[in-house]
Amino acid sequence: MYDGWKVIIGIIIFLGIATFPILYDLGKAAPPPPEPKIDTPEIQKMAEKKCVEPKSFMKTEHMVLLDNWRDWYVREGRSIYVAGDGKEYNISLCNTCMKCHSNKKEFCDKCHNYAAVKPYCWDCHIEPKEGGQT
Amino acid sequence: MLEVALKGSRRYWGLVIFLLGIIGLGFIFYLKQFNYGLGITGMSRDVSWGFYIGQFTFLVGVAAAAVMVVLPYYLHNYKKFARITVIAEFLAIPSVLMCMLFIFVDMGQPLRVLNVLLHPTPNSVMFFDMIVLSFYLMLNLLVGWTVLSAERKGTPPPTWIKPFIYWAIAWAPSIHIVTAFLYAGLPGRHYWLSAIMAARFLASAFSAGPSLIIILCFIVRRYTKFDPGKEAIQTLGKIVTYAMIMNVLFLLFEVFTAFYSKIPGHTLPFTYLYSGLEGHGKLVPIMAFSSILAAVSLFLLIIPKIRRNEKALGFAAVTVFISLWLDKGFGLVVGGFVPNMFERVFEYWPTTPELLITLGVWGIGFLVLTILYKVATTIKEEVILDKYGEKQVKSG
Amino acid sequence: MSISRRQFFKIAGATAVIGLGGISAIEILQPGQFEAAQLSRNPKALIGKRWGMVVDMKKFDEETMKKSINACHRIHNVPDFGNPKDEIKWIWPETFGHAFPGQESKYMSEEIEHLPFLVLCNQCNNPPCVRVCPTKATFKRADGIVMMDMHRCIGCRFCMAACPYGARSFNWRDPRPFIKEENKEYPTRMKGVVEKCTMCYERLAVGLMPACVEESKGALIFGDLDDPNSEIRKVLQAHYTIRRKSELGTEPSVYYII
Repeated sequence: MYDGWKVIIGIIIFLGIATFPILYDLGKAAPPPPEPKIDTPEIQKMAEKKCVEPKSFMKTEHMVLLDNWRDWYVREGRSIYVAGDGKEYNISLCNTCMKCHSNKKEFCDKCHNYAAVKPYCWDCHIEPKEGGQT
Repeated sequence: MLEVALKGSRRYWGLVIFLLGIIGLGFIFYLKQFNYGLGITGMSRDVSWGFYIGQFTFLVGVAAAAVMVVLPYYLHNYKKFARITVIAEFLAIPSVLMCMLFIFVDMGQPLRVLNVLLHPTPNSVMFFDMIVLSFYLMLNLLVGWTVLSAERKGTPPPTWIKPFIYWAIAWAPSIHIVTAFLYAGLPGRHYWLSAIMAARFLASAFSAGPSLIIILCFIVRRYTKFDPGKEAIQTLGKIVTYAMIMNVLFLLFEVFTAFYSKIPGHTLPFTYLYSGLEGHGKLVPIMAFSSILAAVSLFLLIIPKIRRNEKALGFAAVTVFISLWLDKGFGLVVGGFVPNMFERVFEYWPTTPELLITLGVWGIGFLVLTILYKVATTIKEEVILDKYGEKQVKSG
Repeated sequence: MSISRRQFFKIAGATAVIGLGGISAIEILQPGQFEAAQLSRNPKALIGKRWGMVVDMKKFDEETMKKSINACHRIHNVPDFGNPKDEIKWIWPETFGHAFPGQESKYMSEEIEHLPFLVLCNQCNNPPCVRVCPTKATFKRADGIVMMDMHRCIGCRFCMAACPYGARSFNWRDPRPFIKEENKEYPTRMKGVVEKCTMCYERLAVGLMPACVEESKGALIFGDLDDPNSEIRKVLQAHYTIRRKSELGTEPSVYYII
């Protein structure tokens, strides 16, 4: 191989850099999965503690739901969403979702920080204050 | 072919590093703008488009001007332009790139730029502008590169490139007409609401663009062993002359319409630009300078004896370029916003961060131009020296 | 087999494009989960075919006008930057010569010349701003309101150049620090998007009048221009009204009684 040693050393350096994230955490325990808290005062007051859609659905699809809500409300002018169980909800992030989940730091941020996701909703939509006051 | 750009003299590398420095400075200030918002520029609620869009408008013209070389050669077999078609196309590429970059730095939410493609809106001229600019960039890259590769191999260009060349020739005026349509269809802004906008844009494009090509030909002749040819440069000079005459005439036609009809919507912007309105006259020296340069350039260009003198032609080309850069890059855009829709005067002047970001974008354009020209001239030197075995002199 | 570097890059590039493109195409073209979602309308919502407004300058006084303007700016979190360069305003007063440029004359009534006319987005029926928006971030709703989708706006400000009425403002910087009191029930905007009056669509959806109309003590008459029995139509029949720059063909929906 022409300039063989340079190539081999280059490959070793590359492998080192590429596998660094894995090697760094070798032997350490995995971080605990995030636990978003749903014990806000508003939720405590509810007789039947239900979200707009079932928990399993919301866990995987809440972004899709919000995306659709956004277009339905702003672009199509539709203001009421009929959930799977027939209940009607106002389509609004701050006035529906955040009225119950008023603890953004303990709820939304828990998973978002873990997954390094930064939704830019909060640049415009006002975050609810902690402690259930909005 | 790009590896040719990696070998160069100290002067070449000095230029590249200098340009990288300017680009870096512009980039730092762009980050500041990204962080703070477009308020860091001089734009305001009343003058909501400023220097960036002005530069974009001017450069779209320069980009379109490649057609002035490509059309005579490919459609009418004007052999004298054979050597410089690639030079013209390789000017169009950085010009279009700069146009797109200026639009990008002017956007309030640049990360959402793909929304224009995700939600196509055929009734919006800006949507069309994005499409035509992107296609023009790709076309010029394709055509320029293919023709140059063929030249390097010593063969004629492949036949499949011909339809793309014809497409590029038809597309070039379209990029500029679409840009003129951005302005010419807006009700309420009577300075822009005129059918002659598109014609004026084309005329100024075909004066400023070929002027720049003339200047670049002289630079290429001085600093590389490639000679674009005396006759080619003279023909370009004639093109600039007639285009500049048309451009000045069109402007005077607009002035006539405005001041003979005396309709305030038409007269007030001209008054603001050329003599000041209600005590506000920041742009008057700029427009005066632009007009003087235009007059000087016409004098130098129209008299054949002077035009034939290459030093005078080079000087005239510079005056044309600067005059049109001031007129189109600054006066045209600001004039549409002053006075505002309430007939109030609110002035605009670019801020330092705005100017540095602008300079950074020009730096990117010049860097791409330098690299592409390095490739083109080196290959042409090889090819033409090989064929004739001696340094090319003035014959066309 | 031997393959040149150039051929390798060509094949690798083509594979990457086809692979990524194919995966994206499958994801995008998949039917979504909400195709059959149920939506309904608030029974109290105000419904109209073409919302319009009459500004009765005879009934306005300065204090009421200030209240109307503040009501709008307060509930919509409109920031106050304190300088005309960055200024954002949805509704504000202009004197006759500025609200109706070209219609003033040297010998007109001095009272009218100095009257502060309330100006806002005219919610045109033939809006040039909608025509030029490259992303449909501003669009005309079925009820006539020219709407703003802040999520889609790319901040190109073409709409600001196109509007003949100067009704639109741009967020030249982050507006949050300049909002006096946040209304938590309405979002703010972020830097880099255009905003304007959207005829209180959010209030119409729950059966309320626009905020400026509510505070105006009857000086602003709001209603459906397409409904021949509406109050606004009766007002328009009873009075001579003018609109701003009506010769431009934009068909504004805001009328002025002088």
